[in-house]
Amino acid sequence: MNSIEVKDLTKEFKSYRSREGLGGAIRDLFTREFNIVRAVDGISFHVKKGEMVGYIGENGAGKSTTIKMLTGILKPTSGYIQVNGMDPHKQREAFVRTIGVVFGQRSQLWWDIAVQESFRLLKKVYKVSDEQYQSHMHEVIEILEIEDLLNRPVRKLSLGQRMRCELAAALIHNPPLLFLDEPTIGLDVLVKLKIREFLKELNARYGTTVLLTTHDLSDIEALCQRVVMLDEGKIIYDGELQELRENWGGGKSAAIEFAHRMEIEQLNVLTGHLPIRWEQENPLKFKAIFESNEMTVSELLACVAPHVEVKDFRIEEVSTEEIVQKIYQKGFTYA
Amino acid sequence: MPSMYLEMIRIRFLMMLAYRVNYYSGIIIYSINIGAYYFLWDAIYSGQGSMGGLTPSQMTTYVAISWMARAFYFNNIDREMALEIKEGKVAIEMIRPYNYLAVKMMQALGEGIFRLLFFSVPGMLIVALFFPLTFPNSWETWGWYSLSLSLSFLINTEINLITGVLTFFLLNNEGLMRAKRVVVDLFSGLILPISFYPGWAQSILHFLPFQAISYLPGMIFTGAMGSEQIGGAIFIQLIWVVVLLLPLYLMWIKAKNALVVQGG
Repeated sequence: MNSIEVKDLTKEFKSYRSREGLGGAIRDLFTREFNIVRAVDGISFHVKKGEMVGYIGENGAGKSTTIKMLTGILKPTSGYIQVNGMDPHKQREAFVRTIGVVFGQRSQLWWDIAVQESFRLLKKVYKVSDEQYQSHMHEVIEILEIEDLLNRPVRKLSLGQRMRCELAAALIHNPPLLFLDEPTIGLDVLVKLKIREFLKELNARYGTTVLLTTHDLSDIEALCQRVVMLDEGKIIYDGELQELRENWGGGKSAAIEFAHRMEIEQLNVLTGHLPIRWEQENPLKFKAIFESNEMTVSELLACVAPHVEVKDFRIEEVSTEEIVQKIYQKGFTYA
Repeated sequence: MPSMYLEMIRIRFLMMLAYRVNYYSGIIIYSINIGAYYFLWDAIYSGQGSMGGLTPSQMTTYVAISWMARAFYFNNIDREMALEIKEGKVAIEMIRPYNYLAVKMMQALGEGIFRLLFFSVPGMLIVALFFPLTFPNSWETWGWYSLSLSLSFLINTEINLITGVLTFFLLNNEGLMRAKRVVVDLFSGLILPISFYPGWAQSILHFLPFQAISYLPGMIFTGAMGSEQIGGAIFIQLIWVVVLLLPLYLMWIKAKNALVVQGG
């Protein structure tokens, strides 16, 4: 059963150009020139129930536009879109009852009133019964540790406090599908960790499907098995995060510092039979790049350590961040 | 459904209460306005018995009640909508399972009730201390006036919603909203009762919705209308309440499809 099904989804915007100078401004009053910009260009993907999917891309890649179409805010220019079995834009009022949305850069709480007044209003808006509210929200409030914040006006909360309240507000009706648009933007590490843990628990307990966009790839690493990567409105990668690492990570490497000067030839002799490439950083420091995933660290050490004194040894794994950076710089050729 | 909208009214009421001090200064400003118009009209009448169907004391009452009624029906919903669209906050409104326009209407009502209780009523009492006002002496007139005032609230808010929805297409709507405010104040009879306009202007204004906002309820309150005229006035207001729904509805359908969320 799919939560989200999208086929050839496209969204075009008119982007108006201003002509130059006063004369141009006057001409603009009557006819305006515009370009058609394709923010989202024929994307297709689906998300299964209970999946947590990371949706990543650079600024302006079309992430937010996609989210806005999936949540029924924007009307797609063309393509098929079905979320929770409904057309988000056409059946908006019924549809939005089945989703929760958190926009990291926009508050959905009422600025001037206490958090619990906002909750109370949302409870009415989503027609949540008292029993449902008690059993579900009690837990949410407890895990997010926002009990003490409830009677404060939103404008007096810190960003981290507010974000936790936002998350709780998006879950008042316990939706089966949750959209998070940069939920951890500007938050400190502790709050980030708390939010991640909470999302995991939510997913485990209620089977909540989560679609997450973020610039912080550690969010994705912590939460999602699958990533969908977007560039210039097109999907350039859709698959396991692990696979992405394997294809693009270029394997492990080890930074080794020897007690005495070494030459690269000496090392090549020692490890000649292993799939290893050496790089020299300075006379003492070398980098051993593993060219096969099957090779183990102990094999390397077994060859080197008996013959040369190793002062320091460090395994280096390429971070997802570096991988993504690499993909955007070089372009994706695998998909 | 109704409980949600009641909650909307309550929340807006709470929000207004949080900033209630702003309103005490407002009462003074309105009182000064009423005072200025009182002396102006006093000078214009200068002993004459009746002008434009109003006696001097009716005119004083008309001025006072019109301004205090304005405090009730007036709201900044159009500005709020423009701001929400400009800042992209409208996205949040679209992910909620309610009708955006109905919610705005309810917020306006919450604001209106607040202003009625904390502004119009005390303001009217204060003004009555200084100026010779004549209040209606029958409960019937009070009843008709309340009904008429509610309708004028609806008409004015519908006009505000239409102005607000236009922001979806224009994206910057500042000039239009200012123009609308002046037009409403001028053509609704707030500044000058419709019966004081030249005949040709009157016949045009009778075909516009603005007179139904201030002039008709004001005339009911002063007692310048007979009972059959009151029925006619209420009927005109009702027609406008219904007629204005149509462009609002059509524009809203277009607006939803044309929606562009600004700023990411």
